Amino acid sequence: MERFTRSEGLVAPMDRANVDTDSIIPKQYLKSIKRTGYGPNLFDEWRYLDHGEPGMDHSKRRLNPDFVLNQPRYRGATVLLARENFGCGSSREHAPWALLQYGFQAVIAPSFADIFYNNSMKNGLLLIRLDAQTVDRLFKEAEGAAGYRLAVDLEAQTVTTPGGEGFRFDIDPFAKHCLLNGLDEIGMTLQHADKIRAFEAQQRERQPWLFS
Amino acid sequence: MTARTLYDKLWDSHAVHVEQDGTTLLYIDRHLVHEVTSPQAYEGLKLAGRKPWRVDSIVATADHNTPTRNWNKGIAGITDPVSRLQVETLDQNIKEFGARVYFPFLDRQQGIVHVIGPEQGATLPGMTLVCGDSHTSTHGALACLAFGIGTSEVEHVLATQCMVMKKTRSMNIVVEGTLGRGISAKDIILAIIGKIGSGGGTGYTIEYTGAAIRALSMEGRMTLCNMSIEAGARAGMVAVDEKTIEYVKGRPLAPKGAQWDRAVAYWRTLVSDPRARFDKVVTLDAAMIRPQVTWGTNPQMVTTVDGKVPDPAEEKDPVQREWYKRALKYMDLKPNTPITEIRPDKVFIGACTNSRIEDLRVAAQVVKGKKVAPSIKLAIVVPGSGLVKQQAEKEGLDRIFTAAGFEWREPGCSMCLGMNDDQLSPGDRCASTSNRNFEGRQGPGGRTHLVSPAMAAAAAIAGHFVDVSNFNG
Repeated sequence: MERFTRSEGLVAPMDRANVDTDSIIPKQYLKSIKRTGYGPNLFDEWRYLDHGEPGMDHSKRRLNPDFVLNQPRYRGATVLLARENFGCGSSREHAPWALLQYGFQAVIAPSFADIFYNNSMKNGLLLIRLDAQTVDRLFKEAEGAAGYRLAVDLEAQTVTTPGGEGFRFDIDPFAKHCLLNGLDEIGMTLQHADKIRAFEAQQRERQPWLFS
Repeated sequence: MTARTLYDKLWDSHAVHVEQDGTTLLYIDRHLVHEVTSPQAYEGLKLAGRKPWRVDSIVATADHNTPTRNWNKGIAGITDPVSRLQVETLDQNIKEFGARVYFPFLDRQQGIVHVIGPEQGATLPGMTLVCGDSHTSTHGALACLAFGIGTSEVEHVLATQCMVMKKTRSMNIVVEGTLGRGISAKDIILAIIGKIGSGGGTGYTIEYTGAAIRALSMEGRMTLCNMSIEAGARAGMVAVDEKTIEYVKGRPLAPKGAQWDRAVAYWRTLVSDPRARFDKVVTLDAAMIRPQVTWGTNPQMVTTVDGKVPDPAEEKDPVQREWYKRALKYMDLKPNTPITEIRPDKVFIGACTNSRIEDLRVAAQVVKGKKVAPSIKLAIVVPGSGLVKQQAEKEGLDRIFTAAGFEWREPGCSMCLGMNDDQLSPGDRCASTSNRNFEGRQGPGGRTHLVSPAMAAAAAIAGHFVDVSNFNG
């Protein structure tokens, strides 16, 4: 897993509630058997005016000038500001892959869908929950001032505005530990291999039909 | 001992190791695998030089990319080379690493992973079951803890047979009373999502209880649990009763003989204790549930067939107002339009939500002896599995559908998400028995109205949405 410690960067405001993973990365790109190459197709249907398919040269497609990420002031953004229930819907891990490969390092929203949350954290994309009023304020500030940046510090669990105001966020200690150290979760779990084998032996006793 | 919920029982009986903060290694009994979310997981496994922990826990099939026509052409029937490679990659991975059972493309028992799991007895009460697919919640209908996972987690389960997770909060959705004529499990779950919202179940595991749930068939319970994720809950479940046991009996992977009796004795304990406490309780009266139709681009944007498209101007919250406005623009609908004036031009009966034999029987009953309205450009029925298809054909349902003007297709996920050729064209409006009405879900620019099989069938005949509870064509 990629490590995450701190990040400071340009903020892009995605002012829509309930952004689903179908919108984050449409189905046609799920046919790939690779983990990479999803960045150009992040928000594909909103970002481009024409229809995209895998294998196209996406740099030649017509951009939708009204889409937030296509506005010059948000070019190079690394922090995505979003509304409630971001990442709802399908379990496709291609969604956090696309966000990361586009260049985002963190997403701030009042709430995230459960599967998307796990998928993101396992890939080193930090999802930060802040209360709806704070997020609303950050939206106003980001939209109000070109070049608006936020600093994210995972160790301290803070988001800091250009004015120096800090907001603390909660994060599961285990997830934080894994992110800070870029740990291989499979390796960690396999340290318990004996316990897993012992459990399995018991399970085989109790419910042999699960092993036939 | 303290009273426990069904979720508590399933969780406790699979906890391998618990850290002080509650982070748990949860043992996984069944791993369902399909072609879309597994290739990168197998690749990761190979790169790390690891092997699957327990091959006989894996049941695999190809369902998302598979065509619903031209099966006589074999693998060449998958015309998109990118799709074909994904299906072939699953073939190779299963060949290399193995599985308890594999239903590849073209197998007569192949089908949607969430249809074939219960159908084959690969899904059993008391199990923990995962799949790299959010609609894995479906399997909770058999009183198991079943939830969707991402590709990293697929790799983790392949390598360790465990998930690392914390217990969620619990929600009890109680549906008492009796459903009216023509109202189905799909209407119950859409009504629930309308009530609690698409994020209402986030961070919860749902158990559905009440007289109306007990009255549902097993397939109805699968429809119900299937869309738990559309309410934000990763898992939904229904306790074991006689219907559960009767359903499982005799299925290919179900226990037999003495093991059957032992299993049944255990399964009967898979109910919430009478005084078990839930973190949240939501109640609905089945008698008040009317046929549901979604009007927007999220499943919570739902109303009754006798309702109207809402007016965003009446929304007080500005974020909500913008969201509604955007949805109406995408759906090309005007505020206050009666739902019965909405005219779909395509009809899709299928998907892991509603492609089982009972769904097809209900839809066939509605269209029998009638004709699809001339304004409908395409009406298709896509059975959930090869076995569902064969059963339907035995009952003559295929002939009822085709006589009415429907196309009768081969099984698969099909137009629910359009990873194969079955897609809406821009501007198409579809009455669909699937589970998601997101922008572009069924095809770029396509407009989806989620409904029950009976409602989709009736809309195909009438050419517009009609109240199926008093529809005679």
